[in-house]
Amino acid sequence: MDFLTNKIFLIAVTFVSFIGAQYLQRRTGIKLLNPILVSIIVLIIFLKSIGIDYDTYKAGGEYIELWLKPAVVALGVPLYRQLSSIRKQLLPLLISEVAGCIAGIVSVVVVAKALGGSHEIIMSLAPKAVTTPIAMEISGAVGGIPALTAAVVVCTGIFGGMAGFKIIKLTHVTSPIAQGLSMGTAAHAVGTSAAMERGERYGAFSSLGLTINGLLTALLTPFILQILNI
Amino acid sequence: MILQFGILFAFVALGELIVRLTGWPIPSSIIGMLMLTLSLKLNIIKLRQVDRLSNFLVHNLGFFFVPAGVGLMNCLGIISEQWLPVVGASVISTVVIMAVTGRTHRWVRKSLSHKIQQVARLNKI
Repeated sequence: MDFLTNKIFLIAVTFVSFIGAQYLQRRTGIKLLNPILVSIIVLIIFLKSIGIDYDTYKAGGEYIELWLKPAVVALGVPLYRQLSSIRKQLLPLLISEVAGCIAGIVSVVVVAKALGGSHEIIMSLAPKAVTTPIAMEISGAVGGIPALTAAVVVCTGIFGGMAGFKIIKLTHVTSPIAQGLSMGTAAHAVGTSAAMERGERYGAFSSLGLTINGLLTALLTPFILQILNI
Repeated sequence: MILQFGILFAFVALGELIVRLTGWPIPSSIIGMLMLTLSLKLNIIKLRQVDRLSNFLVHNLGFFFVPAGVGLMNCLGIISEQWLPVVGASVISTVVIMAVTGRTHRWVRKSLSHKIQQVARLNKI
């Protein structure tokens, strides 16, 4: 059994399940079979069935998660390439970010409350639109469960990445700048990688959206929760 | 390629150092990203020194989220008890954010360009 709990084995399994999921999506052409989502589900089923707990898996998974940091730093490159157009419309960018951020926190809290969510759940959901490290930090600070927040953040990102451009189409917003911004604001880095597939301009504004919304969410969440008095 | 790895990790480290020194509640990677943009702008770092690895990482961001997503297996209990508020609120809020962000951006741009046109017209008179 030693082999199954080996870090290298667990890393290899993660690669295999992701590559398999990518192959499946390409082969079937079904967009809904998102490789991130499918590989997460496959891995959970696999780990449960051979009796490996998350902490054991995490010892290997950490080596993959580690790359999130340089990957987020790398978003500075598309951001740099779009600097001149960012400067040209700083005001619309900032105003729409503040609006999106407040609307996001208020809507998730109000809907979760209306659907009967417990206090802990509501607090865990409040920062769900932003990237995991920020979201977990906020969740802990306001009395949520950081682990639950991390899972919800990833799922939100996958949903946003898959459905985002369809939702945006319904709102009749056509500019690549606004579309990219919405993807990053609502679905952080996972949304950004979907935006990047559409084009670098979409991706750059998506990374701008995730950055500004991350900062705003960290600053505003405690105040908004206080005002909403939940 | 080694240089590209080195530069990106150096910016992660720089971000971590800044967080450590200032105590800001902002992830080190976000600070590293802004510092990289700034360094490219100031020509301290050249685009060709980071573009290949950046391109690879940025286009494969999703994969690096898989281990965090597997963490879902630890929350299955609480989610199955409260799946409706968790799923309902997340989905609705995601749609709301996209609609509000995009629409506000469109609205502000339109009213701004309107204002600029008005000013231009006034100037002509």
